[in-house]
Amino acid sequence: MSEIRFTIDGKACLAERGQTIVEAAKANGVYIPVLCNYEALKPVGSCRICTVRVAGRYMASCTQPVTEGMAVENTAPDLEDMRKSLIEMLFVEGNHFCPSCEKSGNCELQALGYRYKMMVPRFPYLWPGRALLAGSPLLMLERNRCVQCLRCVRGITSKAGRKVFAAVERGPHVTIEIDPKLAAKLSEEEARRAMDICPVGAILRKEKGFALPIGQRKFDHTPIGSDIEKGTGR
Amino acid sequence: MSKPVIATTSLAGCFGCHMSLLDIDERILKLVDLVEFNKSPIDDIKRFTKPVDVGLIEGGCCNSENVAVLRSFRKNCKVLVSVGECAVMGGLPALRNSIPLKECLEEAYLNSPTVDPGSGIIPNDEDLPIILDKVYPCHEVVKIDYFLPGCPPSADLIWEAVTALVEGRPLNLTYDMIKFD
Amino acid sequence: MTTEKDIVLKHPKDPAALLDVIRDVQSRFGQVSDEAVGRIAAHLKLSEAEVRGAVTFYHFFSLSPRGASTVYLNDSITSRMAGRTAVAQAFEQEAGCRFGEVSADGTVGLFPTSCIGMNDQEPSAIVDGVVFTALTPDKARAIVRGLRAGTPARDQVASFGDGANQSDLVRAMVVNNIRRRGPVLFGAHESGAGLRKAVSMTPEKVIDEIKRASLLGRGGAGFPTGLKWEFCRREAADRRFVVCNADEGEPGTFKDRVILTELPALLFEGMAIAGYAIGAKTGVLYLRSEYAYLRAHLESVLAGMRRQGLLGKKAAGAAGFDFDIVVKSGAGAYICGEESALLESAEGKRGEPRDRPPFPVQTGYLNQPTTVNNVETLATAARIMAEGAAWFKALGTTQSAGTKLLSVSGDCSRPGVYEIEYGLPIADLLDMAGGAGAKAVQVGGPSGSCVAPAGFGRKIDFSDLATGGSVIVFGPDRDIFEVVSNFMEFFVDESCGWCVPCRAGNVLLKKKFEKVARGLGTASDLRDLEDWGRLVKSTSRCGLGQTSPNPILTTLKSFPELYAAKIRTGEEFVPEFNLEEAVQDGCAAAHREPECKESLDE
Repeated sequence: MSEIRFTIDGKACLAERGQTIVEAAKANGVYIPVLCNYEALKPVGSCRICTVRVAGRYMASCTQPVTEGMAVENTAPDLEDMRKSLIEMLFVEGNHFCPSCEKSGNCELQALGYRYKMMVPRFPYLWPGRALLAGSPLLMLERNRCVQCLRCVRGITSKAGRKVFAAVERGPHVTIEIDPKLAAKLSEEEARRAMDICPVGAILRKEKGFALPIGQRKFDHTPIGSDIEKGTGR
Repeated sequence: MSKPVIATTSLAGCFGCHMSLLDIDERILKLVDLVEFNKSPIDDIKRFTKPVDVGLIEGGCCNSENVAVLRSFRKNCKVLVSVGECAVMGGLPALRNSIPLKECLEEAYLNSPTVDPGSGIIPNDEDLPIILDKVYPCHEVVKIDYFLPGCPPSADLIWEAVTALVEGRPLNLTYDMIKFD
Repeated sequence: MTTEKDIVLKHPKDPAALLDVIRDVQSRFGQVSDEAVGRIAAHLKLSEAEVRGAVTFYHFFSLSPRGASTVYLNDSITSRMAGRTAVAQAFEQEAGCRFGEVSADGTVGLFPTSCIGMNDQEPSAIVDGVVFTALTPDKARAIVRGLRAGTPARDQVASFGDGANQSDLVRAMVVNNIRRRGPVLFGAHESGAGLRKAVSMTPEKVIDEIKRASLLGRGGAGFPTGLKWEFCRREAADRRFVVCNADEGEPGTFKDRVILTELPALLFEGMAIAGYAIGAKTGVLYLRSEYAYLRAHLESVLAGMRRQGLLGKKAAGAAGFDFDIVVKSGAGAYICGEESALLESAEGKRGEPRDRPPFPVQTGYLNQPTTVNNVETLATAARIMAEGAAWFKALGTTQSAGTKLLSVSGDCSRPGVYEIEYGLPIADLLDMAGGAGAKAVQVGGPSGSCVAPAGFGRKIDFSDLATGGSVIVFGPDRDIFEVVSNFMEFFVDESCGWCVPCRAGNVLLKKKFEKVARGLGTASDLRDLEDWGRLVKSTSRCGLGQTSPNPILTTLKSFPELYAAKIRTGEEFVPEFNLEEAVQDGCAAAHREPECKESLDE
């Protein structure tokens, strides 16, 4: 397999042809923060948190394939501040009450807030009114916490290939809906997968929650991305 | 030389952040050496008696009194710190923010299962503060200089912030200190 | 009587038919009911959530009833400048409901909509698919009364506009307002001459000719057309497509409407030339829903061209070149003017842009290599083939060859379309259009630039002010803050909502801008506007978000004195929060007098 040479913040890296910048970075022990991106799902570039700069141009590194000789900027202070801004935008755009959320400690949005030391968003809170959908037998869709990453839209389909979750409305009113008929047929395993695929506490398995005590949760002591950076001496 | 002066208050909060401040264990003895408390529920001083160096605000603004207290803190404190989720973003009281106020009040005082039908009244005594249309984070009302997230912020975070501020050094925040829950 | 079921079953069991089915149901029943959603989902093998997703994406589709008749009143700034507010009030009074609602008797629904391409004859509205222009409060009342009395909208059009607007297939009150006919689009053209010339050459030579002419895309982005065709041709594929972007949604743009009305054969000829050049058999005209009144006219021109042998098997007599054109309709979404969103929509989906790469020339319509070109670009290509690259290059400037069709509207005495050579200074355009004394000129619509008088020497071309064709003139008494606010509202409404910076960032920018406009801004708020604007531009996924902060950013640059006069100097922090406003609801609920103690401490 032919390899592509490229750099991330000056560090020489190798990529396989067709690999996106995010994938290649990971393979080279470099963490680029992502939120909407999820293993084995087609990337959609919706959260833009993985924005990097190449030759002065900004691009979502989850959708951009690596090309030969590409010089990727990943940790320039202005770039990191842009990412922090996007994370903060998500916090004010929805209604994120971490203290009462089942996903707290395991939430990827929150973990990014921690990693970027978000003490307070620079934007005013918007307090949208979003209805919670509790009609399906196994799942609850708490849309106040939804970040419209489209992971569930991409990842959860019926056996016939129909989408169980779909985006409705548009612009600031975009929200995710669960198909009531298909949701009624979800198996325990599929419901569990839907909950796990959701980076935040928007998709919840009913009657479950707060399973792990504080201190044992995924991001209580370890920053998001440290698994990728492990051993690379960041 | 006089010690730095600290004031604290709880607006629309649960006093949990004050509990967390007390949760600094034996460091509280050091704190007493380090600073002097002015207006605060801790020493029960009701009014500012001198200029304050650091004001710690717990809770957001849910009524007119909260706003008045917060503004008086801004006037009397050199540095103002939002302590805890409620001060920083409204916290759990702000769960009502996406519901119209009228609906909230009617649900609580007129249509609640514990109210005899027809006997409820939305509190209207003129001595009561007036409830605001929504719960406001403190920095949307006055300028806030520092923010300590958490519900409550850990004792370590509060200790680090308070000592850094009174010693005039930058905050040294570790990963474990910043939590939103 | 036709039922929802009948309509659904008429369509193929193909998800790509989704928008066509929805359109039929919407137009027959004024809504897409829950039952219809269920039937459509079952027929097309989609989930109901997906069907609802498509319905709710487009302006002209709705899950809830929109009334037996529906009025869509244009909400663009030019409409407002021409008296929209009074017209809207008249509609509301006569209908007995507010905009966004349906009258209690269900007869009339009133809804605002983004620019419908009639900026030179505002206020305008679309009523049951029929365009009404130059509305007055009296006319608005008469329309509603007429609808209630059983006179359909189409029978309420008393007189027709000029040119093909009068033809039996159009019968629209729309006027063309062609103020200046240039040599390219409006030059004498023998129908089919460009196409016949093209098919006498190899496709490669056709591409060479277009490249030699230095034809750049007329939609605004200015990508070299010949290069696009070449990329598309080079992709290995069995099928390739030519897609014409007839979704001009940039507020203030209406020049494609005039081309579609008066020069459709030239456009279709251009599509056939593109088809020949890239090796496509099919062309798709994606027609914005607002121009649906032109569809029968366009279909008839296509039929005529087939009869003439210019389309169909052996098009223009060329053996082995079979080419035909189909018309696809939009449903009200500015974002569908973005080429990849347009392709999604043409495939029957929500009009959400795609990630690039791959580009449409690689993976376009139905995942096949596709060239997406603007109406004017394709019509121009036909003229280039007829007259030659050298003739074309002699027009305009070295950097920007040829002519540009501009749509001029706003505070000027001669609004309409102008075919000008590239390199024309704004001042000269203002002279032509009768816009002397302008306070500002918006070039390129909301996503373009707001130019102050000091910049009226700037030129319309690709190296200075590139534009898709929208030019809006603002007279001396106009409030620039009102203009910016209207433009930001437009972007908030029209963002598809896919990516964070565009979905949330525009809302936040607008909120911050309004804080400043209300006189509550500080110097730091102006810095925020610049920073946040740069953030949205840099990180957004498509052209919409990459340009949506421009109303704020370009006015900050052109009119710094207006902003300086708005902000509070010497104040470090001014909150938006206002205690008097914040206690109003609480006082009303408790029946108390607002009485706020300012301070507890003396």
